Amino acid sequence: MSAALDALGSHIVSSQPGAALSHAVRHGELTIKATSAGIVSLLTFLRDDQRCRFTTFIDLCGVDYPEREKRFDVVYHLLSMPLNHRVRIKVETEEQAPVPSVCSLFPCADWFEREAFDMYGIVFSGHPDLRRILTDYGFQGFPLRKDFPLSGHVEVRYDAEQQRVVYEPVKLTQAFRSFDFLSPWEGMTLPPGDEKAKEQ
Amino acid sequence: MADDLSLAPAVTPPEEKRTFTINFGPQHPAAHGVLRLVLELDGEVVERVDPHIGLLHRGTEKLIEAKTYLQALPYFDRLDYVAPMNQEHAFCLAIERLAGIEVPRRASIIRVLFSEIGRLLSHLLNVTTQAMDVGALTPPLWGFEEREKLMVFYERASGSRMHAAYFRAGGVHQDLTAQLIDDIETFCEGFPAVLDDIEGLLTDNRIFKQRNADIGVVSREDALKWGFSGVMVRGSGLAWDLRRSQPYEIYSELKFQIPLGKNGDCYDRYLCRVEEMRESTKIMQQCLALLRTTPGPVMPEHSKFAPPKRAEMKQSMEALIHHFKLYTEGFHVPEGEAYAAVEAPKGEFGVYLVSDGTNKPYRLKIRAPGFPHLAAMDYLCKGHMLADVSAILGSIDIVFGEIDR
Repeated sequence: MSAALDALGSHIVSSQPGAALSHAVRHGELTIKATSAGIVSLLTFLRDDQRCRFTTFIDLCGVDYPEREKRFDVVYHLLSMPLNHRVRIKVETEEQAPVPSVCSLFPCADWFEREAFDMYGIVFSGHPDLRRILTDYGFQGFPLRKDFPLSGHVEVRYDAEQQRVVYEPVKLTQAFRSFDFLSPWEGMTLPPGDEKAKEQ
Repeated sequence: MADDLSLAPAVTPPEEKRTFTINFGPQHPAAHGVLRLVLELDGEVVERVDPHIGLLHRGTEKLIEAKTYLQALPYFDRLDYVAPMNQEHAFCLAIERLAGIEVPRRASIIRVLFSEIGRLLSHLLNVTTQAMDVGALTPPLWGFEEREKLMVFYERASGSRMHAAYFRAGGVHQDLTAQLIDDIETFCEGFPAVLDDIEGLLTDNRIFKQRNADIGVVSREDALKWGFSGVMVRGSGLAWDLRRSQPYEIYSELKFQIPLGKNGDCYDRYLCRVEEMRESTKIMQQCLALLRTTPGPVMPEHSKFAPPKRAEMKQSMEALIHHFKLYTEGFHVPEGEAYAAVEAPKGEFGVYLVSDGTNKPYRLKIRAPGFPHLAAMDYLCKGHMLADVSAILGSIDIVFGEIDR
């Protein structure tokens, strides 16, 4: 199974030199790293090539790595019903750099791209209707980014005087507590206080 | 003056096409939850549908990033709350794939059994409310009686009727009692007759057929193009079922048929669901027979992912420490990423898990089957009458818990 996926990965990378960068097979899943500029041609190839035939668009999502230079990953999952295999494509992108939309290839990518825009602020160029989808009308910020607080910024309540729902800054009666249960002993390679050893 | 007017040639202004825009929902009984559809109508013909979703958005994915793996599990019950355990299943499969946990055989059988109970729960609700959407009031009453029995099975296994939190990474929380296995068997014997009754109300019902046949037709090509899965592709005649094509747990050993539709309309999807319920009952019966002959643990033994036995904790300090660490810090999942999918009643339910090696998921994406189905609302409804919108909505089987997340 993984040998076949490995061969398929090499086939894809060699056929799409500008778009696909590398492939890897882990846990029986094929992952292809791709460039943002080549994503449309890569997905077209994956859909139409006889050895690929990834005709079903399963999922698109963002992943946030704030410490990286290009902070976002856009992850595509495709499925081939005729050949019964799956592939994952990962594209790195920045806050400002748009990723070409694949709506023209797979119409269902429309909502997935809107969701990634809503949650992470990833912009998709050429998308017909890039609006927010899941969050409230008039929502500010991108909730799934790692720097967005879990408790959010605003809360709503019904104001009896104004007879409408009002938005107010979040007031927590008890401060949000994040417990760090991570054991300091696990994964520690140096005894405490021996920081000098790392510098050498 | 009047004469002048009558003599003047009748100048009618060029017919301007007037379309109405109406709001369907967010509080509408046929919207299956909180869905707001902005419909543009030309007379009674639907020109454009713009679904506004997210009214039930709770930020599940964000919340899960702040929880340990065990604490994250109950969130999955609250996604598609009509078939809770099927969602937990996908999450557990993703963890197991990353951490390489072996599931004991008895636990696999119990998982399959309860996944199929979930399928019955979901299809019973959908088939009967689909009928209600087109005007039949009796089927939901009959269907909910059966759902109640199934929920009691949920409760007897997990302690909760709906939000079970029963599956664990590595197995299930507790073993089933022999009495419960017998009672599920009794249910399986009687259930096909109930299905016959419900079918008697609907399958040959003239009104039900008129409202559903040839409505919301999905061709094979379009089913692929729009990313459909589950009954939405099977109704169009594509033999695709993850239980058969990418089997997980013990599905490869079980004998069951995959019902297919011919025309891809709402009526075929209804027929598929009814047949799937019959097949699910057969799967459940096979599981029950297997459970009787397969004793054994339901969680891996001597594993860092499973709690130690209570008796062991009284004697062994390591077991006590392990128990404490497991329920405070939680277990660690090795770094990596995995996508696990199950054939949930509504289609392919997937979990994309990115782990950074700590006790909490770094990123967890929930791929809900209803999301692409609802995204195709515009394509499905265009050109249909206003009254067909609720019939189509009923047949694509949406639950807002999973779409809005």
